[in-house]
Amino acid sequence: MKAMNEMRLTFTSRSANEGFARSAVSAFVAQLDPAVDELADLRTAVSEAVTNCIVHAYRDTIGDIYMNVQLFENGRVIVRVRDRGCGIPDVKKAMEPLFTTGGEERSGLGFSVMESFMDTMRVRSTVGKGTTVTMEKYIRLRRRHD
Amino acid sequence: MDVKTESAAYVTTVHLAGELDHHNAGPLRARVDEVIRMKRPKKLVLDFSGISFMDSSGIGFVMGRYKQMQSIGGELTVSGASPRMEKVMRLAGLERLPIWKTHGEEKNQ
Repeated sequence: MKAMNEMRLTFTSRSANEGFARSAVSAFVAQLDPAVDELADLRTAVSEAVTNCIVHAYRDTIGDIYMNVQLFENGRVIVRVRDRGCGIPDVKKAMEPLFTTGGEERSGLGFSVMESFMDTMRVRSTVGKGTTVTMEKYIRLRRRHD
Repeated sequence: MDVKTESAAYVTTVHLAGELDHHNAGPLRARVDEVIRMKRPKKLVLDFSGISFMDSSGIGFVMGRYKQMQSIGGELTVSGASPRMEKVMRLAGLERLPIWKTHGEEKNQ
């Protein structure tokens, strides 16, 4: 099925952009008329993915974060968050709950939150090239009164 | 990120407001830790009712303050967390910590 709408956004890996990324996704997905809870799920997952780019991928530098969101007629939403940062040597290990290299006060639960709040989530990463997180969620389509 | 503090007897309550993400967690942590250092309360209440968004950064924030309070022999209580925030905290097993008393009392009322 072809996406009925799509947006692409590039922004720098500054932590102030975590809130911007959440707002941008909310504003774009709003056209599917999601429930408050569904939107909050998406916002939380996007926040985790973007924070990972800032804290891990571009740990000692500032780089670009690419966010791509596709909307489908049946309520499917695909969100991709990509970076050209350091990459993850062992994705399986990185996805284990509580595993973190982010130092004190990082819980190591970012991927767990994404998995828990989205329907599907997958991670592709190449060391030295970057990481792509792809997440999907189905928004319940409510009867529209035209 | 807005923080208001009130103290009564041995209890200090910090009313948190805004969005608790990685960006805001640093300044917020510094503010609350300063309150702990200055007041050395027996009991610190973190009131989450003004928090409109929280991701996993909130887990580290709560765990960190829990350890701070333990280190001075005090206790931490979390109140006003929404079901969504509790869901995030449950992923870390925080429901097993004895920090939910106030919230439990609220629920029982």
